[in-house]
Amino acid sequence: MNPQDRPSHSVGSPKAASATPVLETRNLNIYYGSFLAVREVSMSIPNNQVTAFIGPSGCGKSTLLRCFNRLNDLIETFRVEGDLNYHGQNLYAPKVDAVDVRRRIGMVFQKPNPFPKSIYENVVYGARVNGYKGDLDELVERSLTQAALWDEVKDKLKTSGLALSGGQQQRLCIARTIAVQPEVVLMDEPCASLDPISTLKIEELMHELKQQYTIVIVTHNMQQASRVSDVTAFFNVRLTDTGKRSGYLVEHDRTENIFQNPKEESTQEYVSGRFG
Amino acid sequence: MALTSPEISPPVIDSLERKNSFRSLFDIVMTVVVAVFLAIALVPLIAVIAYVIIQGGSRISLDLFTQLPPPPMVDGGGFANAIVGTLIMVGLAALISVPIGILIAIYLSEFSPPSVARAIRFATNVLNGVPSIIVGVFAYGLIVLTFKTFSALAGGIALSVLMLPIVIRTSDEALQIVPPDVRWASVGLGASDYQTVLRVVVPAALPAIVTGVTLAVARASGETAPLIFTALFTQFWPQGLLEPTPSLAVLVYNFAGVPFKNQQELAWAASLLLVLLVLITSVIARFATRRKIY
Repeated sequence: MNPQDRPSHSVGSPKAASATPVLETRNLNIYYGSFLAVREVSMSIPNNQVTAFIGPSGCGKSTLLRCFNRLNDLIETFRVEGDLNYHGQNLYAPKVDAVDVRRRIGMVFQKPNPFPKSIYENVVYGARVNGYKGDLDELVERSLTQAALWDEVKDKLKTSGLALSGGQQQRLCIARTIAVQPEVVLMDEPCASLDPISTLKIEELMHELKQQYTIVIVTHNMQQASRVSDVTAFFNVRLTDTGKRSGYLVEHDRTENIFQNPKEESTQEYVSGRFG
Repeated sequence: MALTSPEISPPVIDSLERKNSFRSLFDIVMTVVVAVFLAIALVPLIAVIAYVIIQGGSRISLDLFTQLPPPPMVDGGGFANAIVGTLIMVGLAALISVPIGILIAIYLSEFSPPSVARAIRFATNVLNGVPSIIVGVFAYGLIVLTFKTFSALAGGIALSVLMLPIVIRTSDEALQIVPPDVRWASVGLGASDYQTVLRVVVPAALPAIVTGVTLAVARASGETAPLIFTALFTQFWPQGLLEPTPSLAVLVYNFAGVPFKNQQELAWAASLLLVLLVLITSVIARFATRRKIY
């Protein structure tokens, strides 16, 4: 399926709530064993927009992000309560195939993690494991072009992905993710280990990518959230009775509202740099 | 405005020259002590290799690799049968232990619950510590008594028991070094568990796994004790998997103790060959790890 073939929903609609949500959570509780890591999150992720998750360390924003493509399944004690719907289908329903979920909802990680394979093999990996029948050369060129990396690597596709610079590796990881034609791309602090120029390139890339993909990004960098996102969700952390830290969603609105006139005082304090 | 002003004197800094304090003296003494102990530790290695080369080197010729051991009091001959027998038994042992060992390592590193993994790793360490002669007696009881003959099969199985823990441990470690993010990346792209393991994790760990297998082969080819009980020795070519089979290690054991000069020379030459085998496999192992990915 080409992303272009998908029916295009309203892009950049003025209010988050009016856009068709791709992902929606209702009273989502995330547990590790008996420990409630994130509590009662109810929010929606609008189509073809960039949603940023911000908040202090330990507020569960990465944990929530990893629920969206069921990557937390790899952690044994992990479980969720409540609803997490993808186009109205509960992602955690017993019959849902997690492998299929991850093909539609891709992920870019904090630290660039290309496979120890050639650049070419990195990009086609997802296609190969999913039994893609099309032209792989064309897929590589298209994906690397979309990830703004093609011109830099087109003459050395056979060299190892690990030989690239950090910023190039991260764009390779983005190319690898979009090569499987997901609908949603999750990014877990994708610029945390990159220099400012590489960061800028990836931020520009996000603006391009949101034409075709729905993007959710976790970031510690509030300037980054304000630059790249259309919608921002602010998470905070509070101590439970047993002294453990438990994350919760404070508010969720258009990015300009979060940064210029948030409803909650703690959001105001966080975005103005008074804590966090 | 003047850049320098005569009134301000440069700051006083203590001399940075080395002072003959107790601290620097102690440094020198300890460096010398460590170097001396390093030299002492290297003496046995160099002495063994040098002695074996001096004693066995003169006898190295093509005959060794083509002829059978001669009877006592006869000159010439070689130990081609023992080379073939060693290759058969080590090959058999590798055929058994390498697939099983790598599969166990994959289970340990990728799929097992932590408590099970701990138990298996502990058992592997115990198996690694079992004296090789006991492994020989075990194979004797299990195979030799069952088939009522000393055999290459029994020798190969005894050697495979010795190789197994080495293969498991090195492969397990090699797989664990592969960073977890690479697994997440693969799973995140819609790969199943077995695709992740076969397409990403094992290829990434392969150089280190090859190293482990090579070291296990080197260890097994020099083992004598398990073969005395299982494969025994013959003066003739190996006749089949269920026949007594000669090996280099047992040849050294048998010939070194006899009062015939020719046999003693052959024992030295066989020792040299074994030492070279270990040296070469170690070098290959080094070479393989140099290409390591993580």
